[in-house]
Amino acid sequence: MSPIVLAVIIVAAIGIIAGLGLAVASIVMAVPVDETAEKIRECLPGANCGACGFSGCDGYAAALSKGETTETNLCSPGGSEVSAQIAEITGLTAGSIEPKAAIVLCQGSCGNCDTKLEYEGVHSCSMAQQLFGGPKKCQYGCIGFGDCINVCPYDAIKICDGVARIDPTMCRACGICIKACPKHLIELLPVHQRKAAVLCKNGDKGAMTRKECKTGCIGCMKCAKTCEFGAVTVEGNKAHVDYDKCTGCGKCTEVCPVKCITLINLGE
Amino acid sequence: MKIFFSILLTAILTQNFVLAKFLGICPFLGVSKKTKTATGMSLAVIFVMVLSTAVTYPINTLLVNNDLEYLQTIVFILVIAALVQLVEIVLKKYMPPLYNSLGIYLPLITTNCAVLGVVLLNIDNGYGFAESMVNSLGAGIGFLVAMVMFAGVRERMESSDVPESLKGLPITLVAASLVSMSFLGFAGLVENLFA
Repeated sequence: MSPIVLAVIIVAAIGIIAGLGLAVASIVMAVPVDETAEKIRECLPGANCGACGFSGCDGYAAALSKGETTETNLCSPGGSEVSAQIAEITGLTAGSIEPKAAIVLCQGSCGNCDTKLEYEGVHSCSMAQQLFGGPKKCQYGCIGFGDCINVCPYDAIKICDGVARIDPTMCRACGICIKACPKHLIELLPVHQRKAAVLCKNGDKGAMTRKECKTGCIGCMKCAKTCEFGAVTVEGNKAHVDYDKCTGCGKCTEVCPVKCITLINLGE
Repeated sequence: MKIFFSILLTAILTQNFVLAKFLGICPFLGVSKKTKTATGMSLAVIFVMVLSTAVTYPINTLLVNNDLEYLQTIVFILVIAALVQLVEIVLKKYMPPLYNSLGIYLPLITTNCAVLGVVLLNIDNGYGFAESMVNSLGAGIGFLVAMVMFAGVRERMESSDVPESLKGLPITLVAASLVSMSFLGFAGLVENLFA
């Protein structure tokens, strides 16, 4: 037999054997695909942000199809629309999702809050935090190195004038930045509703706060006394608004001497 | 026994596949951003390297017996590709967690030149079956060492102040060459160790 024919035969034989082997293997060892999970997965946004509490969109879809969870409203990025779609596929009752967006509760921009030290090191909030609570005078304020930017899957956060700012139109309320912020400055606020928000988390006494930041909450209680609905409380030298009770009347913002409580209508 | 240790250490240190022979540079630069993914990729490479050596050795014997050595490259590519596919199917069925963690890296290995390289170099060096297996295991471990080391370097670089013009791939290549140079320090180590 001529060597060329032999070469062709050998290569062809190996190819055919390998091909047949793979074909047999793919039939014998086929993994049954969960069709319900596939369908649910297609409805989900696919950002794998983990807002639902499962390991990404695949995890949530699998849990829903296996009946491990009956709540269709866990995907906050998808909103009520996705919840309704999931309910249609699974036959569960659709839960609604109140649209929310994250907001950074700090106004300690370069003009308002001075620095107490020159920080030269790893450009990361959690690292700077370990060195006297960051370079700013206020140890409660936004460091502005953007740990939240790095984790945001929707690219909604930017640093403006030394403080992180979240674009409410891009924010899908997955809550990853809330966990990433070492100062715990980020909260979820309902979208398209007028609410008062205290843009400060400073827990120092009033006189100290005054020295640290021009717009820091001094805990003067004026807002709490003015509020007719009991939505504003002062605890640990700082005010806090209960967004469920707040009607957005704006009276507290008028009396605030440092203008750290403001009316906010996210998404406008 | 001595020869096996010598082959193993040579493959890991002095003749490291990535840093001395410059094979498998694509995953070395592509998948080395995080230590975790680098480890996953390397483990998959070790697995496929050893397996493909075991399979291609008898095939090579068949080719040599028929005076068809020139078919080595094409046949090996064929076999390795089929093998990776098979491994993928088996893993998907019996070890879903491992499949999920290796996921996208397994198909990538199909075209990884380090795998083809180790198979061909085994033949060039005239290794027997056991020696070939040890050499491919060593090459895989060497790949793991290089990947994990370089992933560490890159993670450090993430947080360092790189000049604007060097940001991204340029500084990665510079770092890769420095890491590669550091492996020159192992030259002569194995020969003296087992002299």
